[in-house]
Amino acid sequence: MDKKLLKISDLKSKVEDQNILNGIDLEVNKGEIHVIMGPNGAGKSTLANVLMGHPEHEIINGEIEFEGEKINDLAVDKRAKKGIFLSFQYPQEIPGVTVENFLRTAKTAVSGEQQSIFDFKFLLEEKMNLLDIDLSYADRYLNKGFSGGEKKKNEILQMAVLEPKLAILDETDSGLDVDATKTVAEGIKKLASEDNAMIIITHHNQILDYIKPDYVHVLVDGKIAKSGDMELARLIEKEGYSEYKEEILDESNSKTNC
Amino acid sequence: MNEKTEVKDIDRSLHDKKNESKHRYQSAKGLTPEVIKEISREKKEPKWMLEFRLKALEIYKKKEIPTWGADISDLDMENIITYVRPDADLQSDWDQVPDEIKDTFDALGIPEAEKESLAGVGAQYDSEVVYHNLKEEMVEQGVIYMDMENAVKKHEDLVKDHFMKLITPNDHKFSALHGAVWSGGSFVYVPAGVDVDIPLQSYFRQNAPGSGQFEHTLIILEEGANAHFIEGCSAPKYSVNNLHAGAVELFINKGAKLRYSTIENWSRNMYNLNTKRALVEEDGVIEWVSGSFGSKVSMLYPMSILKGARARAEFTGVTFAAEGQYLDTGAQVIHAAPNTTSTVNSRSIAKDGGHAYYRGLLKVTENAHGAKASVACESLMLDNESKSDTLPIMKLQTDDIDIGHEAKVGRISEEAIFYLMSRGISEEEAKAMIVRGFVEPIASELPLEYAVELNNLINLELEGTIG
Repeated sequence: MDKKLLKISDLKSKVEDQNILNGIDLEVNKGEIHVIMGPNGAGKSTLANVLMGHPEHEIINGEIEFEGEKINDLAVDKRAKKGIFLSFQYPQEIPGVTVENFLRTAKTAVSGEQQSIFDFKFLLEEKMNLLDIDLSYADRYLNKGFSGGEKKKNEILQMAVLEPKLAILDETDSGLDVDATKTVAEGIKKLASEDNAMIIITHHNQILDYIKPDYVHVLVDGKIAKSGDMELARLIEKEGYSEYKEEILDESNSKTNC
Repeated sequence: MNEKTEVKDIDRSLHDKKNESKHRYQSAKGLTPEVIKEISREKKEPKWMLEFRLKALEIYKKKEIPTWGADISDLDMENIITYVRPDADLQSDWDQVPDEIKDTFDALGIPEAEKESLAGVGAQYDSEVVYHNLKEEMVEQGVIYMDMENAVKKHEDLVKDHFMKLITPNDHKFSALHGAVWSGGSFVYVPAGVDVDIPLQSYFRQNAPGSGQFEHTLIILEEGANAHFIEGCSAPKYSVNNLHAGAVELFINKGAKLRYSTIENWSRNMYNLNTKRALVEEDGVIEWVSGSFGSKVSMLYPMSILKGARARAEFTGVTFAAEGQYLDTGAQVIHAAPNTTSTVNSRSIAKDGGHAYYRGLLKVTENAHGAKASVACESLMLDNESKSDTLPIMKLQTDDIDIGHEAKVGRISEEAIFYLMSRGISEEEAKAMIVRGFVEPIASELPLEYAVELNNLINLELEGTIG
């Protein structure tokens, strides 16, 4: 079976006149967990948004391939139907739309199969139990009045219900206390399998106490400055990002000098 | 980049079905005392009513057209046919109503709803009521539900004591016009302590082109009575402008409770200049539920006057303005007694260059100590061409009161659309979902069949998958 899922080559993007991604290369295969770390403003969330197809971001160079197909121009909902999922750093509040109705509509759209009210309720309750979410949340309005932790849990619940092939988790661990991080991390661990892949974007290491990634990438100034494994994450925890900033600086300097 | 998509217009095909205009009598265009006398003679009214009409006409001639709010300069008053009598007599059996008229109401689902969920039904076609019926057990308890014409004759004293006492011809030009040419409408009387536990419904249909509908609704609830009245309106679209200037007067006595629900879906050539008022005595309750979707121009501001201590008013309204529509709506509440309470919750939506304006009034008089009021008005614009404003006016004449106020005007959020689309939901559906969610607090207040209609209005043509 083909393990190849995502291939990003020399990806550059901008918002209005500002260039943000400056040439990203990344390959993700099924069964893998990738962690992307980096300082604030490095372009981590931009990468997540560009992969999902946010209309504000314009791709100016390079390619995103998903299962061998170029998806640069694919609409957001079509990407979701292909199996890409983004767990938002700041999930939107949608008043008047219950979690259950929303997710049933989304499941119908993503799976292409009409979800019966009964069967879906059963599925939803199963996933809520898995993630230790109170069943009453099904009837609440989507993210309305949810605490930071509840919103993040709700994102993971959506992932559990929609069963994507590639899940991009944008700062899913930020703003969470120790207990909430543990619950969310364990939820993610339960959902990771040989048939899917995850890209976990984070700027601290707490979540890595629970999830062991296969690859760790350091994103600085819109480029991947270094790739490695857990050791790299530990190093960054000790020494920070300054070293990588200089590396890129040196590189661009040397380019100008040539 | 995503292409721009549209929330489709409300499907009007059903409401736009027009019948060939047949009638027995039609008053000459324009307004003169002779026209008024003719109307009164046709109706075989008591003399006091004719005199009332003529006085109102004099006031009408003197009053200026209001210059605030919507632009109504297109409305040619001299050319609105004021009184059109359909070619049918009043019936209490649908089978006796002429087929063509009955078919219209059938298509609108009125007789079906009567069988299933209503205590009584009135149906008005152009200026006259063609059908009126009330369940037997309600009649036995002394409940009166009949067309206004007959009420003037059969319950003359009751009508005379209340008719245009709350809304007078002196209030504004269109209340004066109403006083002069009113025709049709419903009269409801609920005796003390009687609970009409299933709704009464009047449906107003305007068929003749270039005509006006001026129905008068008068509801009196005696002490401790309870009722729910539903009003529905529609008209097919003609190229000439139509005018609706009805009046609704609600008298809610001590401890009585009335819920007044309206779904207005007039055609897009209608000037809807309606006046509605409720007078609420001690411990009485008025609940307004209001949906404004149709018309070219609406100026509609239902007023609750909380006259008795602890009286309460609630207003829940939704307005949907699409292309070419200027809907100027809002609630007025006057707290005129101690410990009165009110809650106003309004949502408006504007799309395709439509204009939704919230204009409300909250007034607390000097003696209304301990009054509590909250006003929340939110509006949502679906594109950059549409407009929305809110103007909640407050006049507070005493200090020891508790007032809460919240007004929000916003555009549909691109981030919210992106969020929903990232879950596989199409852009149209994402927008419809956000709009449905936005009006949900109102939809949940509506009678079921109207909640369904509201949802359909928003949903139509959209790929809704919510069951």
